Amino acid sequence: MAERERRITPPYGGVFHARTRVMSPDDIQRAVWRMAHEVIEHNHGLEGVVLIGLQTGGVPLARLLADDLHQIEQVDIPVGTLDVAFYRDDIGLRPVLPEAVTDIPFDVDGRIVVLVDDVLFTGRTIRAALDALTDFGRPRSVQLAVMIDRGHRELPIRPDYVGKNLPTRRDEVVDVSPEGVELGEMRK
Amino acid sequence: MTDLLSIDDLGAEGIAEVLRLTDSFVEVTNRPIPRVAALRGKTVVSLFFEDSTRTRLSFEAAAKRLGADVMTFSAGSSSLKKGESIRDTIQTIEAMGVDALVVRHASAGVPAQIARWASSVVINGGDGWHEHPTQALLDCYTIQQRLGSLEGRRVAIVGDVKHSRVARSDVKAFAALGADVTLVAPPTLLPPTLVGWPVGVEADLDQVVEKVDVLYLLRMQRERMTEALVPSLREYTARFGLTSERAARAEDAGAIVMHPGPMNRGVEIAAEVADRPNVVVVDQVRNGVPVRMAVLFLLLGSRRDLLDGPAGGVVGEVPEEAEADVRG
Repeated sequence: MAERERRITPPYGGVFHARTRVMSPDDIQRAVWRMAHEVIEHNHGLEGVVLIGLQTGGVPLARLLADDLHQIEQVDIPVGTLDVAFYRDDIGLRPVLPEAVTDIPFDVDGRIVVLVDDVLFTGRTIRAALDALTDFGRPRSVQLAVMIDRGHRELPIRPDYVGKNLPTRRDEVVDVSPEGVELGEMRK
Repeated sequence: MTDLLSIDDLGAEGIAEVLRLTDSFVEVTNRPIPRVAALRGKTVVSLFFEDSTRTRLSFEAAAKRLGADVMTFSAGSSSLKKGESIRDTIQTIEAMGVDALVVRHASAGVPAQIARWASSVVINGGDGWHEHPTQALLDCYTIQQRLGSLEGRRVAIVGDVKHSRVARSDVKAFAALGADVTLVAPPTLLPPTLVGWPVGVEADLDQVVEKVDVLYLLRMQRERMTEALVPSLREYTARFGLTSERAARAEDAGAIVMHPGPMNRGVEIAAEVADRPNVVVVDQVRNGVPVRMAVLFLLLGSRRDLLDGPAGGVVGEVPEEAEADVRG
C-alpha cells in the first residue's frame, strides 16, 4: 500500500497511511473511458474542447482523458496544466508553494475548458482555478472532471464528470496514485 | 528565514528554492496580464537611502505584480533631512502598517540593524560594500537559464572586487551552487584578505577569457581613480577591460558576458561588445522582476516557516513514471 509524503497539508510533513483501496488502476482506466464518452456526449462532440489538469494530481488524469478522447473521436485535444498556488485563499495561513510551473500553451478565449483534478473536496482549489483561468482569458464555458468526489464542499461548486463518489470523514485522506485510489489518514 | 540580508541566510538549498519558484513567476511575467494577487493586502516599502534605478524599480514591479501595495521612501525628500534618525524613521513607517522593507544604504550593515528594530520582513537591496543578495539570485537564475546549471561552471569575476557588494554576494551564491569562481583584478582592487573566500585569483585577464563559461564584469567606479587605485582608466581598460579582441575570443570559446549595470561602455566593456548576443545584461534585468517576486512571495506569502526539513520535495517535479503508470 502506498505511503506518500504530503508536506503541504496538515500535519505538515506527515505520511499517508492507506487503509482501504477504493479503486484499482483498471477501475481508474474504466472510469476515465466513461468520462471521455460523457465529455463528448455533453458537448455534442469535441469542437472547442480543451483540457487543463490541475497540478499535480489532475495532470496525469488530463493526459489519460485526452488519450481516450483521441481514441474515440480521432482528434487531438490541447492539454494544459495549471498550478493554483498563487490564487489560493489560504495564503498566509498554511504553507503555499507551487508544485510546478503553469503551462497553458493555447488561447482559452471562446473555448470549452474542462478542468481535471484527482480529488474534489472543499472546492477551494477549483475556486482558485476559476480565478486563475480568468487571467488567461474568457472561456465559453468551464466544466469540471474529477476522479473522486469526496464531499464536504465549502463553496457552491459541483463536478460535471465524476469517476467515483466516495463518502468520507473530514479527517480522512484520499490518495490517487499509480496504484489506484486509496483511503487512509495522515500520520506524523 | 524571516529576512534576506545576505546570501548566507539562504544557503545552497534556499537559493535552489528561490530559483525553482522563479520559474513559476517567469510564467506569470510572460502572460498578457502579468500579475497574480498572491500578496494582496500586503504592503511593501522601498526604503532607499542611496540612489538606484533598476533595483528599486525591479522590486516595486515585483511587489505590484504580486498584488501588494507599494510605498516609496527616498532619503533625499524625507525627514532625515530634518535630522530624524533612521530608527525613528523606521518606527514611523512601521506604525503605518507595513509588511516588508526593502532597504538600500551606502553603509554595510544598515539593513541588518534595521532588521533588529523592525518587526516586518527586511530585504537587503544592497548595503555598502557588503552584499546585494537579490542581484546574486538573478545572476544565478540568468546563468542557469543560459547554461543549464552552475555546477562545475567556471566563472571569472573581473574588476573592482574590493568595493563590490555584487561580487561578495555572487561569490557566495555561485560557489554554493557548485561553480568554480576566479577573481581577476589588480591587487589594489582586491579585498585586503581573501581568507574564507571560495575563489582563485588571477591577475591576467588574457589567461582566463578562453577558459571560462561566464565572464562577470564589475562596474569600474570612476571615483576610485582619485584614490589612485588604478593608474588611469585607459590602463585599466587595456589590462582588465573586455576589448573587442578579448570579447571575440571569449565568444568563440562559448562564454556568456554579464554585468550588474550600470555599464561604463568604453571602460570595463568596449562599446560595440556590449550589444553582442552572448552579452546577457538585458536578461539579467528582465529576470530581476520574477526573482524578486519569488523572494517576496517566499518571505511574505509562502509560510515556508510551517514546514520543517529541507526545501527539497515541496516544489519538486512529479516523477515521469508516476504520470505514465496511472493506467497500471
